[in-house]
Amino acid sequence: MNIPENLLYTKDHEWAKIEGDKATIGITDFAQHSLGDITFIDLPKPGAKVEQSKWCATVESVKAASDVYAPLSGEVLKANTELTNHPELVNKSAYDAGWFAVIKIADLEEKNKLMNSVQYKEYVQGLSK
Amino acid sequence: MNYIPHTELEKKEMLKAIGVSSVDELFKCIPKELRPKSFNIPEGKSEFEVIEYLKLLSRKNATNLTDFVGGGFYDHYIPAAVDALAGRSEFYTAYTPYQPECSQGWLQAIYEYQTVICELTGLDVSNASLYDGGTALYEATMMAVRLTGRKKIIVDSGVSLIYRTMLYAYTSNLSIEFIETPVVHGQSCREDIYKHLDDQTAAVIVQNPNFFGAVDDFSDIVQQVHKYGALAIASVYPVSLGMLKSPGEMGIDIATGEGQSLGIPLSFGGPYLGFIAVKKEHMRQLPGRIVGATVDKDNKRGFVLTLQAREQHIRRERATSNICSNEALCALRALIYASLLGKTGFQELAKLNYQKAEFAKAALDKVNGVKVKRSAPTFNEFTVCLPKNADEVVCQMINKGFACGFPLGRFYKGLDNYLLVAVTEKRTKEEIVQFANSLEAALCS
Repeated sequence: MNIPENLLYTKDHEWAKIEGDKATIGITDFAQHSLGDITFIDLPKPGAKVEQSKWCATVESVKAASDVYAPLSGEVLKANTELTNHPELVNKSAYDAGWFAVIKIADLEEKNKLMNSVQYKEYVQGLSK
Repeated sequence: MNYIPHTELEKKEMLKAIGVSSVDELFKCIPKELRPKSFNIPEGKSEFEVIEYLKLLSRKNATNLTDFVGGGFYDHYIPAAVDALAGRSEFYTAYTPYQPECSQGWLQAIYEYQTVICELTGLDVSNASLYDGGTALYEATMMAVRLTGRKKIIVDSGVSLIYRTMLYAYTSNLSIEFIETPVVHGQSCREDIYKHLDDQTAAVIVQNPNFFGAVDDFSDIVQQVHKYGALAIASVYPVSLGMLKSPGEMGIDIATGEGQSLGIPLSFGGPYLGFIAVKKEHMRQLPGRIVGATVDKDNKRGFVLTLQAREQHIRRERATSNICSNEALCALRALIYASLLGKTGFQELAKLNYQKAEFAKAALDKVNGVKVKRSAPTFNEFTVCLPKNADEVVCQMINKGFACGFPLGRFYKGLDNYLLVAVTEKRTKEEIVQFANSLEAALCS
């Protein structure tokens, strides 16, 4: 399972890559694998305010729809519009081409509530036991 | 499934299984004062007695009136084939099948119904139908609220009061702000709509033809609405689309309407048919069931329920709507009706309606004291001004064998002398002339 070291993670399987006061967010390799073939992603709109652990996007696979929660609070700066026509990018490349949005972080302290890659790996392994 | 209630023996068995001695004991947790003192239901009657009683009631209705009433529901001819085909046992149920993909015939019918609605409205995606025109307009409004994240709705008061009342009732606990804009000289007041239109507006709702019968081209309104990132919603009369500019051609985002005119008989309270069609970009917010075409593993064409992630059995509380059923049987009637007419038949039907209404306008214009309103073009319905109260005239005309129209004073303040007259393809030249003569006589007396 692919869990990059430079990212932070949530228990709901979202990731955040913090660069200065911005963060790129998406869902993890574990999440995309559990969902199966992704058919549509309802992305947050630029300008929208998102709140940590609150709904920010919805991922549809063939017969399920799953909510995605924001790993950090902030304002959406841009969304990955490539996913509108190519939702499968999330299956192929959850951490790179399959990013969801970039947000301007409202409170950097919130990152303390997230897991690092080692903690997330343990967490995921715990789930499969 | 039968509807024979359980026997005394079965009741005893069930009570025993759950460990209570009587039905009274089962409900004893409900305080006595909250329980009904009596159900006030009379003794049972035999089948024969029930039928005789209902016949007696039905005789209270005025029948055999020549019908000039519209107001959103129209007296169109329904070819016998509609009843014959829709009544077939393979189809005769009001519901979408619960194992839908097992019923390929039904899914194909619904798919074709959706195609008819898309062709008529000029829009990309239709659902499998809704309950009626009012429900459809409510669902369209909520789509706009979800799509824009805004809660202000501008409603033209030319939209039927029935639909507006339903809209306000359904949304009464949702803190949605409605602003009604006036109708001036029969048409939507642009000035007023633009005055209220801003970046907080979710949608502008219009109707074509509007309740006064006036036909409009909303392209200019749509353009303004889109400038503010709002959506344009139009409730339309499907038969008029055989002739008029379609919602799609006007750039409307969501078209809704009452499908009763498409092969469904007039009856008090329905069942009727709501249709809704949207631009493709909005389809994921469309409520209800949608049937899609696909191919199976042998590459044969088949039909499936599609985009189900919108629906409550998957999305739960975040579903687009709590509607999980549709008006399949009425939608089937609409499909059969439209198929029987075909494209040119549908255009001819629209033309006939228009021409007969124009003939009626000319005939009524000659009646002393009657003034036909001509400030806007109309389709098959128009407004006339009478020299006295329209409600009184309606009563007089019933005695002469005519349901002569809808008194506008019932829906609009200050229009007590105005009558809304509808003329469908069923009205003959003779009936229209007779109608004008009887009206003249009624006004003289």
